[in-house]
Amino acid sequence: MNKNYMFSLIAVIVLFLIAYFGVETAGLHVLFGIVIPYLAALIFIVGFVYRVRDWAYSPVPFRIPSTCGQQASLPWIRQATYDNPSSNGGVIVRMILEVLFFRSLFRNMRFELKGGKKLSYIWEKWLWLFALAFHWAFLVVVIRHLRFFAEPVPFWVQFLEYLDGFVRVEFLSDVLQVGLPGVFMSGLVLLVAVIFLFLRRVFISQVNYISLASDYFPLFLIMGIAISGILMRYFIKVDIVGVKEFTMGLATFSPSIPEGVGVIFYVHLLFVSVLLVYFPFSKLMHLGGVFLSPTRNLANNSRAKRHINPWNYPVHVHTYEEYEDEFREKMIEAGLPVEKESN
Amino acid sequence: MPRQMYDKGKIVAGLVIFVIIATFPFWYNIGKAAPAPELKLTDKAKAEKECVMSVTDMKAGHMQLLDEWRDEVVRSANRLYVNSKGKSFNMSLSNTCLDCHSNKADFCDKCHDYASVRPYCWDCHIDNPKATEEAKE
Repeated sequence: MNKNYMFSLIAVIVLFLIAYFGVETAGLHVLFGIVIPYLAALIFIVGFVYRVRDWAYSPVPFRIPSTCGQQASLPWIRQATYDNPSSNGGVIVRMILEVLFFRSLFRNMRFELKGGKKLSYIWEKWLWLFALAFHWAFLVVVIRHLRFFAEPVPFWVQFLEYLDGFVRVEFLSDVLQVGLPGVFMSGLVLLVAVIFLFLRRVFISQVNYISLASDYFPLFLIMGIAISGILMRYFIKVDIVGVKEFTMGLATFSPSIPEGVGVIFYVHLLFVSVLLVYFPFSKLMHLGGVFLSPTRNLANNSRAKRHINPWNYPVHVHTYEEYEDEFREKMIEAGLPVEKESN
Repeated sequence: MPRQMYDKGKIVAGLVIFVIIATFPFWYNIGKAAPAPELKLTDKAKAEKECVMSVTDMKAGHMQLLDEWRDEVVRSANRLYVNSKGKSFNMSLSNTCLDCHSNKADFCDKCHDYASVRPYCWDCHIDNPKATEEAKE
């Protein structure tokens, strides 16, 4: 037991109960279906813009060459162009590798003292693999959901659905039926990956030690979103046309509450709304932050180009030339060497 | 020192892209009338009044029912389905479902297109099942 993850888990359970009883018992469909989602979208967009704008007020005058390869130096020393770029083109490639493929995470290694003496570097790519799976699956899930927010459904959403549902798994048992409608891989990958990311924080003691409630909360919340979504799609079926009517109402600013859509939908909706509201205030802002990583998005050209700190205090400097001009005669008198014999 | 924004051009450009992407559902649907599909029932379906299951159950679970039917027919050669009210049906998409709902384009396809669902029922069961039935006999 750990108070950090228990706290987060309880928070998510409370959210579930709020949505469940708020809709099922209190009948607050308008609050949970219309007011909260609109507020959440507003807070998400405004908050996101505000945070990024706020970051832009921090100057980064110098290059921070925390790099992973040979920097540009002499022509006969080969430069690591993408790991230590000295040009904008190289920086763009490094940023693409970072944003799309998590190159920094790929460098992750585990260090161990073998037998208390020998330091070994151990191949450790699991975090990279599951982080990549998690983020890509999440992106696919988000794009897939555009089928509820666009009419007609754009061809690229349909194409993605086709790819996502490529593996056709269907099996039937007496208790539950899996595979109908067609299985989308992304939802399941998302759930598995988020569970891995959670277990990693529980079982690796060093990671556990530095994990806070704010690390567990988004994981539980995303777990809740994935589970409620999967339940809705495969197990507790909801009237999907009713759902789309509702989401289209939100998108066209003429919201109405659908009839006969189960409470599980409102639970899903509240989880997503809370995620959106939580987003700008939390570590989830790395969505915007990754583009502003100073160690990744600046070319390492400190040797080639002078970068000046914009908030340098204007210091009055008394140069040697000025000093000599001032004291030249006295220096010559005293027999001290001077650079120029006269003014 | 007054607070000042650095790399303003890049930051603003990035934020504009973010806002455009984040508000996609709001601008994509502007000026497009997208009413929810209204189901058209054939006269035969209207006369029948009640489907195999209730309307809510059919809306949410017809795909599951059809899948169960298919497995039951193909694996156990059992074509008799008795619903919760004790009424029996011939388990057949072509001959039972499409008998009443013979207007596939107005009944099946409308909602499937709306929800972006592409069931593979029609890979085998073609639009007009009656024709094949007669051809077989």
